[in-house]
Amino acid sequence: MFITTDIPKSSRITRLVDDLYAKMPEIESARAKLITESYKATEGMPVITRRAEAFAHILRHIPIIIRDEELIVGSSTLAPRGCQTFPEYSFQWLEDELDTVETRSADPFYISEETKKDLREVHKYWKGKTTSELATSYMAPEAIKAIDHNIFTPGNYFYNGVGHVTVKYEEVLAIGYEGIIAKAQAELDQCQVGDGDYARRSRFLQAVIKSCQAVIEYAQRYAQLADEMASQCSDPVRKEELYVIAQNCSRVPAKGASGFYEACQSFWFVQQLLQMESSGHSISPGRFDQYMYPYYKKDIENGNITREFAQELMDCIWVKMNDLNKVRDAASAEGFAGYSLFQNLIAGGQNKDGEDVTNDLSIMCIQASMHVHLPMPSLSVRVWNGSPHEFLIKAAELTRTGIGLPAYYNDEVIIPALQNRGIPLDEAREYNIIGCVEPQVPGKTDGWHDAAFFNMCRPLELVFANGMDKDELVGIPTGDVTEMTTFDEFYNAYKKQMEYCISLMVNADNAIDVAHAQRCPLPFLSSMVDDCIGRGKSVQEGGAVYNFTGPQGFGVANMADSLYAIRKLVYQDKKVTMEEYKEALIWNFGRGFDRQTITEMTVSILKEMQSKGRAVDQEAVSSILNVVMNMKPAPEKKVRYEEIHNMIEEVPKFGNDIPDVDYFARDVAYTYSRPLEKYKNPRGGQFQAGLYPVSANVPLGGQTGATPDGRYAHTPVADGVSPSAGKDVNGPTAAATSVSRLDHFICSNGTLFNQKFHPSALSGREGLEKFVALIRSYFDQKGMHMQFNVVSRETLLDAQEHPENYKHLVVRVAGYSALFTTLSRSLQDDIIRRTEQGF
Amino acid sequence: MTLTGTGRGVCPVPEREIMDYLDTKGRIFDIQRYSIHDGPGIRTIVFLKGCVLRCRWCCNPESQEFGIQTMKVQGKDKVIGRDVTVGEVLEIVEKDRPYYYRSGGGLTLSGGECLCQPEFSRDLLHAAKERGIHTAIESMACAPFEKIEMLLPYLDMYLMDIKHTNPAKHKEFTGSSNELMMENARKTALSGQTKLVIRVPVIPTFNDTVEEIKGIAGFASALPGVRKIHLLPYHRLGQDKYDGLGREYRMEGILPPSNEKMETLKKAVQAVCGLDCQIGG
Repeated sequence: MFITTDIPKSSRITRLVDDLYAKMPEIESARAKLITESYKATEGMPVITRRAEAFAHILRHIPIIIRDEELIVGSSTLAPRGCQTFPEYSFQWLEDELDTVETRSADPFYISEETKKDLREVHKYWKGKTTSELATSYMAPEAIKAIDHNIFTPGNYFYNGVGHVTVKYEEVLAIGYEGIIAKAQAELDQCQVGDGDYARRSRFLQAVIKSCQAVIEYAQRYAQLADEMASQCSDPVRKEELYVIAQNCSRVPAKGASGFYEACQSFWFVQQLLQMESSGHSISPGRFDQYMYPYYKKDIENGNITREFAQELMDCIWVKMNDLNKVRDAASAEGFAGYSLFQNLIAGGQNKDGEDVTNDLSIMCIQASMHVHLPMPSLSVRVWNGSPHEFLIKAAELTRTGIGLPAYYNDEVIIPALQNRGIPLDEAREYNIIGCVEPQVPGKTDGWHDAAFFNMCRPLELVFANGMDKDELVGIPTGDVTEMTTFDEFYNAYKKQMEYCISLMVNADNAIDVAHAQRCPLPFLSSMVDDCIGRGKSVQEGGAVYNFTGPQGFGVANMADSLYAIRKLVYQDKKVTMEEYKEALIWNFGRGFDRQTITEMTVSILKEMQSKGRAVDQEAVSSILNVVMNMKPAPEKKVRYEEIHNMIEEVPKFGNDIPDVDYFARDVAYTYSRPLEKYKNPRGGQFQAGLYPVSANVPLGGQTGATPDGRYAHTPVADGVSPSAGKDVNGPTAAATSVSRLDHFICSNGTLFNQKFHPSALSGREGLEKFVALIRSYFDQKGMHMQFNVVSRETLLDAQEHPENYKHLVVRVAGYSALFTTLSRSLQDDIIRRTEQGF
Repeated sequence: MTLTGTGRGVCPVPEREIMDYLDTKGRIFDIQRYSIHDGPGIRTIVFLKGCVLRCRWCCNPESQEFGIQTMKVQGKDKVIGRDVTVGEVLEIVEKDRPYYYRSGGGLTLSGGECLCQPEFSRDLLHAAKERGIHTAIESMACAPFEKIEMLLPYLDMYLMDIKHTNPAKHKEFTGSSNELMMENARKTALSGQTKLVIRVPVIPTFNDTVEEIKGIAGFASALPGVRKIHLLPYHRLGQDKYDGLGREYRMEGILPPSNEKMETLKKAVQAVCGLDCQIGG
C-alpha cells in the first residue's frame, strides 16, 4: 500500500523556482569552444575516440556552479535555464539567427555580444563537418525537394542530436560508473587483436571507459567546489548542507548509491550529462518511482530519512529539470514551443509479472509536480484495469491545478501494441514513455521517436494538382482530379501520393540516421543502453536491443473530414463537381488569397519569367504583385464557393460519435500507419507510426492551403488524433468515443488526444471521480493516451492581454506543458479555440 | 394478447410491452451528453419541451412553450423543439453507456417539465430502466400526483425543485402557487419508491435570505427519506435567449450570489437540519 496524504512544500522550493525564473534564459558558448578545441586536437583519430575525448575535455573545463540553496547539484550553464550549443550537429541556423534569437516570438534567448563573437569564431571550424551536412549529402534529391516543399519535416534530428531515450538509471544507482567501467573493461579484456570487429569494438569500449571516467571526475569537481563553499559559508545550516553535497559528489555517481539522497544526486548527474554529451532532447527518466524506490524504502525503514525530506529532494530534482534548456532554430521553436525538453517521467503501472507496483514515490512524483508547478518533468501516469483508484484521484487533483499534467497512458493498449512489435510480454509491461507520447522498453531501446512531422494534408493537395506543387513535380502524377469518376479512384490517388511521400520521408530519416552513426556516436549514452557494451558498438550504430524509427503523421481529422466530404458531396450526393471543389480550394472558399498565397504566387511567376530569360526589375515585381493582389473570383463564383463551404459545414465530422465517419477516419489513419510499417532503418529496426504533432500543427498548418474539410488556407490543422478544433460539438464523451475508434494499437509510436476542461468540471471530490471515470471509459474503449487543459477561456484571453500577470501560467500543449505567455500568438489562439468542454 | 415471433423461437410476450413504449412520441428541444451536475456520475440529459411555470430566472426560456418555436441564436434563426420517439432518444442515450458504467451515471429528464408529457417520460424511463441504465428526473412536481405515480416505478432518483415555502411569493415569481408541489413532495417521499433530492435555485430578490432558505430546508428535512439538498446559485447564462425569443428578461441587472453568500446559506441549512447540503448540482 501507499500513502496519499499531502506533504507540505518546503519554502526552499519556492525560492529555487523564483530564482530560476528571474531572468530570460541565456545562450553560453563554453561547450562550443571546448568541443572545437578538442576536435582540433584529435583530427585523424577514430570518431568514437574523438567523441569521448571531446566529452572528457568539456567536463574537465566547463565552468561549474552550485546555486543558492540547492540540495541536488550539477548545472550545465552558469545562468539559470541557460543553454549550451552543439555545433557538431549544425550551426548555420544559429549563425543566421544570432541577432534575432533574443527578440523572436517563440522561446527567445538572451545572448551577449561576446558569446556571439565566440560562436562565430568556432563555427568556422565546423563547416562541412556536421551531421546535418553529411545527412543532406546522403539524401535523395526528391526527398530534399519534398522537405523544401514542406511535405514533411525531419528537422528535429537533422539539426540536433537524437536523444529520445531512457537509459539504465537503475544500473548507475546500483553499481556506479566504476561498475560500468569494470563491465566495459571485462569486455575489452576479451577482445583479441585478430578479431574481425577488433578495431570498432576496442575503440568503442575504450571510449565508454573514457566517458564514464570523465563523469566521475566531473562529480569530483563538484565535491571540491561544495567543500570550498562550505568552508567559506557563515550560515551553519547551509555549511552543513554543502558538506553533505561534497560528500555525496565524492561518492556518486562513481559508486553505487548508499541511500536515497545519494541516489537522487546520482540520478541527476546522469540526467544532466546525457544532455551535455548531445543536444538530443526527450532524455526521459522513465520509471523513476520504480528504480528509486528500493533506496527510499530502505532509508525510511531504517529511519535515515523522513518522508518530508525525501519529498524535498524530489522537488529539488523537479526544479533542476527546468534548469536545463536548449535553443532551437526559429521554425523548430514554433513547433516545440515552450522551452521544453520533454523529459518524460512516469509513475504507476505494472511490473514485469503484471502486478501493480504503484508506491509511495508514485504519489510523491505527483506531489512534486504540485509543489514546483513547472512544465518539467513531463509527468505521466500509467493506467490499467488494476490501477489503484486513489492514485488516479491524486493524479486528477494535479490535473485540476491547470498545469496540464499528468498525461494518462493506457497499459491495456500499449502493452499489446509493443508485443505486436516483437517485444516479449515481461519487457512490454515495463514500458515507459519517451518525450511526448512514445512508448518503449527502458534501457534497451533506440526508438528514434519523433523522427519527422508528416503533414497528411499535403499529399491530398498533390492529388488536386496531379503531383505538382508550386510549379514543380513533388509528388507523383496521379491524373487529372476532375476526371476521376469514382471515389475509390480518388482515394487510391491519395493513397499513392501518401505512399510515395512516405518513402521519401523514410529516405530522409535513414540518411540522417547514418550521418549520426558516422559523425556523432555517443559513448556515454551507449554505456547505459543494453546491449551496446556486449555488442561493442554505440547506440547510433545499432547497439541497442530494440531499434525503431517513429515519424509522426498529423492532420488525421482534417483528412478524414476532407475525404468524407468529397465522397458525400461529389460522388454520393453529386451536389458539387470536382472541378468546382478544386476551384473553391484554390480561391480559399471565396475568401480570396491571403498574404502568404499572394507572396507565393508572385515568387512563382517571377521564377517563371527568369527561367525564360526575362528581366526582373522592381517595376516588374510591383506590377505582378498588383495583378495577383487584384485577382478575385467572379462574384457569382465567389457565392458558389461560399455555398460549397456551407455544404461542407453540414457534412458530419469526425469527433461526434458517428460510427460511419469514425470508422472512415480509422481507415484514413491507416493510409499513414500501414505503408510505414514495411520500412527498415539502418540500425536494423523497423519504422512505426505515431499520430501526434507536438505543436507543429500550427506552423505546419501555416504551410498548407485550404483543405476539402472546409479548413481555410494557412490556418492550423487538427492537433494529434483530436477532432478538428471546434468540430466536436457533442461534448467530451462523444469526442473520446470517436477517437477511440482509431486503431491505436498499430500506432505504437504513440497517439495524442487532447481535451480541454473548464475547472468546474473537476470541482469537489465528485468532480474528480467523474473525471477519472471519463479517463477509464476512454481507456475501456482502447484509447491510448489522454491529456487535459484545465483552464478557463477568460483566463487565457486575459493572459494574452496581460502576459505580465501570467508569467507562471502553464498549459498543456500537445505532448507537453508550456508556459502560456511564452507561446506564439497563433498557438495561444489555437489553444483558446479548442472546444471548451465542461458544462 | 397476441403472440409474436422473434426469429427462430416463438415466445409469448405481450406485444405492447415490446413495441409500444419505444414508439411513444414526445417533444424535446435538446439532448446533452456528458452532464455532470444533474444526478450521479456522467449523464445524458434529455430536455423536454413545455412547462407550467414561468419562473423569471429560467435559464431555458425556450423550454417553456410546448409549441415549436424559432429563436435567434448568434444572428441565425434556430428551430426549437422536435418530435421524437422513445426509441430514437434511447439510441442516443445508449451511446454513453461506457461512461455510465464507469461513473455510475445514466439518464436524466429535464426541461421544461417532464410531467407535462407524462406518457413519454414514463416510457423513456421505462426503456432505460429495463436496459439497466440509471434514471433520474429534474422536475418541479407541478402536476397531479397521478402523473408522478406513473413515473415512480421506473425512477431511481427524483431531483425535485422546491423554490419557496411562501405561496404568494412563489406565485409572484413563477406564475403559480406552491401548494400542489409541496403536497407532491410529501407524497413522493412517502411512496418510498425513489431517492428524493431537494434542489433550491438560489435567486436574489426571491429566496436568497437566510430565513427563506432555512424555511425550505426545514420543509425538506421533514420529508421522510430525504438526505440531500442542493443549493443552485442563480446564473445569467440564459439571458441572451430572452433576446433571441423577443422576450423581456425580468432579472436584468441582478448579479449571481457570491461564493461567500452561498456558504452563508449552506451554513443556514446546516443550522436547521441534518441534511447533506451541497452548493451546485
